[in-house]
Amino acid sequence: MKPINAATTGILLREDSIFERSSEGRAGFDIPTPKVPLKSPVKYRRTQPAALPEVSELQVVRHFTRLSSWNYAIDLGTFPLGSCTMKYNPRINEELASLPGFCDIHPELPPEFCQGALELIYNLEDALSKIVGLDACTVQPAAGALGEFTGLTLIRAFHEKHGSHRKYVLIPDSAHGTNPASCILAGYEAVPIKVGPQGYMSVESVEETIKQHGRDIAALMTTNPNTLGVFEQNISQIAELLHGIGAQLCMDGANMNAILGIAKPGDMGVDVMQYNLHKTFSTPHGGGGPGSGPVACRSHLAPFLPNPRVRKTENSFTLEYLPDSIGKVKGAFGNFGVMVRALAYIMNHGSDGLRQVSRNAVINANYLRARLQKKYQLGTQTAHFHECVLSDSKQIQANGVKTLQIAKALMDYGYHPPTVYFPLTVSGAMLIEPTETESLQELDQFAEALLEIAERIEAKKETFEQSPTKTFVGKVDEVGAARKPILSLDDRSI
Amino acid sequence: MASVPNGLHYTKEHEWVLMEDNIATIGITDFAQESLGDVTYIQLPKEGENITKNDPFGVVESVKAVSDLYSPVTGRVVEVNQPLLEAPELVNQDPYTDGWMVKVEVKDISDTEDLMEAAAYKEYIEEKG
Repeated sequence: MKPINAATTGILLREDSIFERSSEGRAGFDIPTPKVPLKSPVKYRRTQPAALPEVSELQVVRHFTRLSSWNYAIDLGTFPLGSCTMKYNPRINEELASLPGFCDIHPELPPEFCQGALELIYNLEDALSKIVGLDACTVQPAAGALGEFTGLTLIRAFHEKHGSHRKYVLIPDSAHGTNPASCILAGYEAVPIKVGPQGYMSVESVEETIKQHGRDIAALMTTNPNTLGVFEQNISQIAELLHGIGAQLCMDGANMNAILGIAKPGDMGVDVMQYNLHKTFSTPHGGGGPGSGPVACRSHLAPFLPNPRVRKTENSFTLEYLPDSIGKVKGAFGNFGVMVRALAYIMNHGSDGLRQVSRNAVINANYLRARLQKKYQLGTQTAHFHECVLSDSKQIQANGVKTLQIAKALMDYGYHPPTVYFPLTVSGAMLIEPTETESLQELDQFAEALLEIAERIEAKKETFEQSPTKTFVGKVDEVGAARKPILSLDDRSI
Repeated sequence: MASVPNGLHYTKEHEWVLMEDNIATIGITDFAQESLGDVTYIQLPKEGENITKNDPFGVVESVKAVSDLYSPVTGRVVEVNQPLLEAPELVNQDPYTDGWMVKVEVKDISDTEDLMEAAAYKEYIEEKG
């Protein structure tokens, strides 16, 4: 099958900034002059009007519709951005999330007026706990990194409640990039652990670090399957070692899409973990959110979960405030609309369906791996789960073409590039995660595109320095953008 | 193939050190700048600050990644390459000359004893591919 998805031209209109369309006094609608006197204190009032563009409703509609036509989205094609799980967001999620009873309620409504919403939170927390085999869950954190922070803060609260002031969190270098940052925010120092040549942690490397730091270790934080798409085979033994010194095993669940219904982190000895509803559970991902990063934990950490907790009584749902809670990590209950979508997804699939999701995600990634290894060097030899890591070493050898050029060349075939130069442990890495929602035809076309690029590199007739050439905005000056960024209209003349 | 001049000491984190009496000039290697790609930002300590062997002393940011700079020696920073802060591309152009980063008054000149010589570093980066 040939890669027919190649980008072609169509009607794409150039677009100025909306400020350049502004005309003084123009407005989308008229606001009646208020009949009540202005009561706000003078010191809080604006002295000058905000510098907003003055445009009509149609100008706004055209501006953003035109810009959206330049965009690439999962609804247009394969989005193989590794470690991001860019799966399709089923339309039924949107339909349910837009029910007035869900989308028009105020977060401060007394519980008796929003029983359905509380029931949804309760059911989602219950389902998420069961999926990972842990005892309790909070859906309050707004995204993965906030979930990591929440998990580590639970660990900190637990240790301090027991009079133990620990210093370090161990992090394998295959872990998710945000992990070390979350450690620092939670008041810990990150100690890196090198992964072995197979792409996973060895028991010995953890033992060695424990010998060195002992009971100063608060936790080990690992992504499993890790960022190389490899399962941490020694995880249970590592959990035992940690528990032996009273430390906790914290898991980043960014890659849960590989193990739904197949392996439970609770069975591996994990004490606390976070999920990403915007990855695994099919809620929109990208564009700055909103996301959702629930945290599940064992019962010994549950007394510290963020307030308020939704409780089920005999005939209603109520709010409980835990005395030892770490407090709030997000306003109200978190990003509620995202929760509606995630529960819709879970209920729509059921436990068998979720297991099939992960099976297909793993099969799709391994299918691509098998096809692509004909022309590309694999990042690790160990079996991959739901993503595959390639390196550019063969292409550099053939004609000096690197990952960045390969990624940009792929755009001319009509695809979003994969994640590049991550994980850092693979030189010139391309991290490809097709997810379960791509069909065989789509996978074949995507593979053909990458294989054709490899063949063009081997033919040594092109350098790909100018790619992409078919996109609406061609090759951008990334270095110039970083060294001399244009951050406002006023900078543009520079 | 990345250039590896003789007469310098090299770290596993791809810094180079030139020792002249008790003054160490520190930068990153050709292999490092090649792997990083176009460098867009460099953060270095100020003159007079103390830096510690094996600890991060600065940050180098490229279009690909943000990496810590690890100090190969312990001592006090006596000079910072100011033009480099303004023009980080110097690191890509001349990592061993105009792209130097800091000069450090070294406490203990035996600090460089466990570092690699050119031949050993060459072997080390060849293994890394």
